Amino acid sequence: MTQRFRIGGGLVDRSKTLRFKFNGMSLEGHTGDTLASALLANGRRLVGRSFKYHRPRGIFSAGPEEPNALVTLRSGSSAEPNTRATTAELFDGLAASSQNHRLSLNFDLMAVGDFLSPFLSAGFYYKTFMWPKSFWEKVYEPAIRASAGLGALSGEPDPDIYDKGFIHCDILVVGAGAAGLAAALTAGKSGASVVLADEDFQIGGRLNAETHTINGKSGTAWARDAVGELEAMENVRIMPRTTVYGSFDHGVFGAIERCTDHLPSSNGRPRQILWRIYSKRSVLCSGATERPIAFPGNDRPGIMLAASVRTYANRYGVIPGKRVTVFTCCDDGWRTASDLIDKGVRVTAVLDTRDNVNFPQVPGARVELAERVVATRGRTGLAGIKLQRGDWIETDCLAVSGGWNPNVHLSCHQRGRPRWRDDIAAFVPGGSIPEGMKIAGAASGALTLSDAIGQGRSAAAEFASDLGYRTEAESKINASDEKTGISAFWSVSGAPGRAWVDFQNDVTVKDIAVAAREGYRSSEMLKRYTTAGMATDQGKTANVLALALLAEQTGKSVAEEGTTIYRPPYTAIPIGALAGRSRDKDFRPIRYTPSHRWAESQGAVFVETGNWLRAQWYPRRGEAHWRQSVDREVSETRRSVGICDVSTLGKIEIFGRDVGEFLDRVYANTFNTLAVGKIRYGLMLREDGIVYDDGTTARLGKRHFVMTTTTANAALVYRNLEFARQCLWPDLDVHLISATDGWAQYSVAGPNSRDLLRKVVEPSFDLSKENFPFMACAETTVFGGVPSRLFRISFSGELAYEIAVPAKYGRSMMERLMSVGEEFEATPYGTEALGVMRVEKGHFAGNELDGRTTALNLGLGRMVSKKKDCIGNVLSERPELNRSDAVKLSGFKPVNRSGMLTAGAHFLSPGQDETMGNDQGWMSSVAYSPTLGHSIGLGFIARGDERRGETVRAVDLVRGKDVDVEIVSPHFYDPEGVRQRG
Amino acid sequence: MRYSAWTLFKEGISGNRGWKPMWREPDPKSEYDIVVVGAGHGMATGYYLAKEFGCRSVAVLEKGWLGSGNIGRNTTIVRSNYMLPENQPFYELSLKLWEGLEQALNFNVMVSQRGIINLCHSDPQRDAFARRGNAMRLSGADAELLDRDGVRRLCPFLNFENARFPITGGLWQKRGGTVRHDAVAWGYARAADDLGVDLVQNCEVTGFLISNGTCTGVETTRGTIKAKKVGVAVAGSSGRVMARAGMRLPIESHVLQAFVSEGLKPVLPGVLTFGAGHFYVSQSDKGGLVFGGDIDGYNSYAQRGNLPTVEDVCEGGMALMPMIGRARLLRIWGGLVDMSMDGSPFIDKTHIEGLYFNGGWNYGGFKATPASGYCFAHLIARDAPHPFAAGMRLDRFRRGAAIDEKGVGAQPNLH
Amino acid sequence: MIIDHPLLGPRDAAEFVCLGDASLIERPDGRADDALEKFYQYQFIRDNPDGVHRELWFHEYGDRSWLVVTRNTLTHEIYNVELAREVAREMGRGR
Repeated sequence: MTQRFRIGGGLVDRSKTLRFKFNGMSLEGHTGDTLASALLANGRRLVGRSFKYHRPRGIFSAGPEEPNALVTLRSGSSAEPNTRATTAELFDGLAASSQNHRLSLNFDLMAVGDFLSPFLSAGFYYKTFMWPKSFWEKVYEPAIRASAGLGALSGEPDPDIYDKGFIHCDILVVGAGAAGLAAALTAGKSGASVVLADEDFQIGGRLNAETHTINGKSGTAWARDAVGELEAMENVRIMPRTTVYGSFDHGVFGAIERCTDHLPSSNGRPRQILWRIYSKRSVLCSGATERPIAFPGNDRPGIMLAASVRTYANRYGVIPGKRVTVFTCCDDGWRTASDLIDKGVRVTAVLDTRDNVNFPQVPGARVELAERVVATRGRTGLAGIKLQRGDWIETDCLAVSGGWNPNVHLSCHQRGRPRWRDDIAAFVPGGSIPEGMKIAGAASGALTLSDAIGQGRSAAAEFASDLGYRTEAESKINASDEKTGISAFWSVSGAPGRAWVDFQNDVTVKDIAVAAREGYRSSEMLKRYTTAGMATDQGKTANVLALALLAEQTGKSVAEEGTTIYRPPYTAIPIGALAGRSRDKDFRPIRYTPSHRWAESQGAVFVETGNWLRAQWYPRRGEAHWRQSVDREVSETRRSVGICDVSTLGKIEIFGRDVGEFLDRVYANTFNTLAVGKIRYGLMLREDGIVYDDGTTARLGKRHFVMTTTTANAALVYRNLEFARQCLWPDLDVHLISATDGWAQYSVAGPNSRDLLRKVVEPSFDLSKENFPFMACAETTVFGGVPSRLFRISFSGELAYEIAVPAKYGRSMMERLMSVGEEFEATPYGTEALGVMRVEKGHFAGNELDGRTTALNLGLGRMVSKKKDCIGNVLSERPELNRSDAVKLSGFKPVNRSGMLTAGAHFLSPGQDETMGNDQGWMSSVAYSPTLGHSIGLGFIARGDERRGETVRAVDLVRGKDVDVEIVSPHFYDPEGVRQRG
Repeated sequence: MRYSAWTLFKEGISGNRGWKPMWREPDPKSEYDIVVVGAGHGMATGYYLAKEFGCRSVAVLEKGWLGSGNIGRNTTIVRSNYMLPENQPFYELSLKLWEGLEQALNFNVMVSQRGIINLCHSDPQRDAFARRGNAMRLSGADAELLDRDGVRRLCPFLNFENARFPITGGLWQKRGGTVRHDAVAWGYARAADDLGVDLVQNCEVTGFLISNGTCTGVETTRGTIKAKKVGVAVAGSSGRVMARAGMRLPIESHVLQAFVSEGLKPVLPGVLTFGAGHFYVSQSDKGGLVFGGDIDGYNSYAQRGNLPTVEDVCEGGMALMPMIGRARLLRIWGGLVDMSMDGSPFIDKTHIEGLYFNGGWNYGGFKATPASGYCFAHLIARDAPHPFAAGMRLDRFRRGAAIDEKGVGAQPNLH
Repeated sequence: MIIDHPLLGPRDAAEFVCLGDASLIERPDGRADDALEKFYQYQFIRDNPDGVHRELWFHEYGDRSWLVVTRNTLTHEIYNVELAREVAREMGRGR
């Protein structure tokens, strides 16, 4: 098929022919086309189906306001549903398909809903589908859901990549039409740094769509020259294909740049870039959007916004019809007639709702004043319109103009509420406009070209001088000014048939009347009840019309009725772009310990611990199940010696004269008495008295301590210490350094750990029990001079040490420990074995510290020193935290030793009903103890410390388990601590 | 008028001209037995006061239009997957009330029980879900623990192959789901109106009449209204409204942003929550993906948020289901939420006689609407807390009886 | 939002972590007779104003200063940013 509707002129490059497919049919267009203009050039009028009634729909506009012409662009994993044909740039090989129909676009089975429309009025959902009760879930709702949505996701991962970027500028100009170009020129000449962003691929806005002249040049030529001038300025950045989608606090704007959407493939480049623009000032030059008039049958393909009709003719060299009629209530509609006639297109008639109009010459066209369209015909495309006086006019394109709505969106994102102006019958920016923003051109309600240029210039000049730049007087502009007369006209009343207000969601004038009658009498309620303005176009053509019709119903003025709230984004943006590179494995950064690669080389299985990856266990040949590996690691450690990477523990260096006093205030127990060279276990509370974190703190020198925290809380404890230091006690001499990443640290545990370390630390260092007892610490060197810190602490319950070296030595340290350890058959162990050993030993950990646990629950009530004021001390004394029936940390053994315990089980007494009232506590951690040969658990049970030996049930309903367990001491292994002190 | 298949048919064939207003628009009387401030939970309160407790002189005052508060600005999720004994029975009561709400109100609020899955990504997380699931089962709610394959069967589109934090399982409550949020306000309003409750819109409370420690009414933008009892249910604005009664609260006001995509053909089976980032999502009856994440984290009454949170939430979404990359975000909105010191709400008397308070719903108030209304009505009518809301007292922090599901303590922006 | 750090100049708020009301600086004396009531008020009860709010922010991804930001909770406008340590000293806190 040739391009039967292509005429001369415009900004398409006829020397470059592009082939594309629509619903499988091969068509041709040119560089510079949108999908919509190319479809129109080929005479395609029916392009989609509406949401509710599946009405046949065509292209309605030439921009982002498009409610009808939504297609699925591309295919497979690149499929992009709900894409507006009016903004999709044509490229060679483009494939698009229509949406929301069964069978075919031309014959949609779902269109049967259209015949049922009398029963589907506004809010019908809420009044029906209730009988019988069970049918909603089983019958009605699945049916409603099946018809939900327009386009479909591919179901496959998005194959493209997206980037994020940051731009800082003095002045952001949003929109590169006449006002925006003028503003950018003025600001640019002043020397200010300027960003000029426009959603279109062709800079110039409506200058490219109209036939205006500026200083004798065509608007298009003026825009092209302006771009040339701006491009020569180093301080100006022009960003076409970039939609500024939201205005946020303090001059921050969100923008999305479409980098490859106009190309057949991204070829590895980012498809889009999400920009965060930091501006000192902004000029909003976002133009205006034409609105329709509601009249019966106003939704047929071929009925379009009047200015869009001339956009297609002027910019794309395409005519949407061969017998065009115009229906308008303002002077602007007449421009469409004039422009088309100038291009030799036949304009059959111009109908104006006003009775007294000084109209231009429209040769060959019938002119009717005070006239309305009362009906239309043509099943899948407009064939004729009926006038109020009764006669029909044959036409295949009706251009409708109800006036212009300024694009106030970005001025309203910070709760600005637009103000109604009677003279132009439109809302203009008002209320609290974002700080540092001015609005220029049509967006401000200035609808003539010279006003737009003047406002753009003056806004930019004022801002430039605010920011200390100098502006010079500018030459006078001589622009062809258009007439902007309007008499607001919203809908044709008194004629039968449905008149659409929101095309995509199929909201009609009658729906609005029904809603108002039923009590939905504010604009927001109307929107929610009828769904007007909630479609993918966010009501860009529908909203003002809908609320004007509501105002008619409620007897209020449009101004009193007010708009609904404008929210970002201005146009919809891909979720992939908002996520950027943070997806899949790159969702969050990975933290590796210094000896990670060593563990990898040993075939370790890793586990995510926050952002860290930690070795979970080290499988050996022949081990088929993780338990085999873990049991071995535990047994070998307890038999000889094991080595575990504990570098992820939080480490905070604390220096100063007052550290002891400081630690006394942030820990529940006492620290200022700690001797140099000694370590103490510390329990940290939140101010509300709940246990927050625990760890050991070592005193390396008179004024130097090293605190360790749990892996999970490293950053949080540091933050809290800084708070205590800076805000609570600013004059204590305390200084903090977060050293978590600075040191690689290894636990060397087991009866042979001392012998192993003797081969590691400098020979002169005396590791004997007498010189370096349990809870001692020292700074020493290892392997002939590598600085290190040695701590004699034990999480496993064995004779054990933790040894730290600067992070860069981590890997070689681990390798050397293992090679030196060969004679002891040293075994590396992971977090699972670590966990098993700590449960055997009865140490609580993250599972026990769930943010509701008190020291009393842990059996550590006496650790909270009452001799001093520390964080959490006072509020830990509140009565409900000190109940006599409080849960206590206890150990649990299955009565039948072969039984396996599960964490998360709740404790009930034998014979009790499984109800919450009988709930006595829960199992927090479990492990299979290879040392004891059976499953063991830690948990909390009411008065557990008084109930040792009692049997209760560990009931795990979600896992289908019910195990009799004996309450025992949490210290399963070496309760006297003989081994760790050895 | 009662809705039935017959009324719909009759109106359909007669041009839909006979639909009656769903509620009256009365001017406020000078005096009521009970005035409820706020027409979200307050609308439900008004309904239950009339329906269950026989109170005939009740007004519900709404600052703006019906549904303009948080009842019309949320992500529509209903569930009772709470763990603590002070919460679980209350939310389970709410879920049971949801299940019968359409019949009770003769209004289809579109309760859609397609299930909610909380995903877990580690062993400790799975064990915590087991503990929670067991607590739910012990109080009569439904809960199932899914392993990785179980999740995969229900949601094959999730990122199982290339995830930074692999999915290890999930806690599934089949009876969870979504409800058409605005319709809840409308349905309660219509039913309450039918029982004689006055819904007074565009009526902002500007002060309380308090003398000798007793509240005897409210000052409003539509005049003084006397009342024997005044109940305030204005979550999001609790701080500023109760300040007019001279009260300071264990609450901060924060902004919570929520998001909806363009309409898409059905892809999600129910509600999903990500366990390794801030993201939860469902799909509406119209096809939009409705999702959200964390609060912005700073005190705000501005009903709008900022970009870092927007991006964080979308990152979570893409990490969980990379198929949504080409779906477009259509709208972001910000709601005001009462963030309390333990993440749990209050339904309690105040120290002022005759003044009752309902608030502190954090980001979870919508699901509570029926039970909150029911228990608040119980409290106001009987002057005694409903047993299921007995823990939701204002003095609980003084006693050390916080209801802290998340276990993060008295820092509201962490709940 | 942008916070004008007194030492580092304007920084995106995303670099910071917000704690809440600056009254958290005024930690009561744990030894006082009415300490329990004082701590209850300090820890749990907030002014929560709709308007000017002094609040604590921590420059976690920066220089780790605690700042007191005076900000309007209705408009998000920031009037003043101070180092919390200096504010604490002005409030009479020392050792």
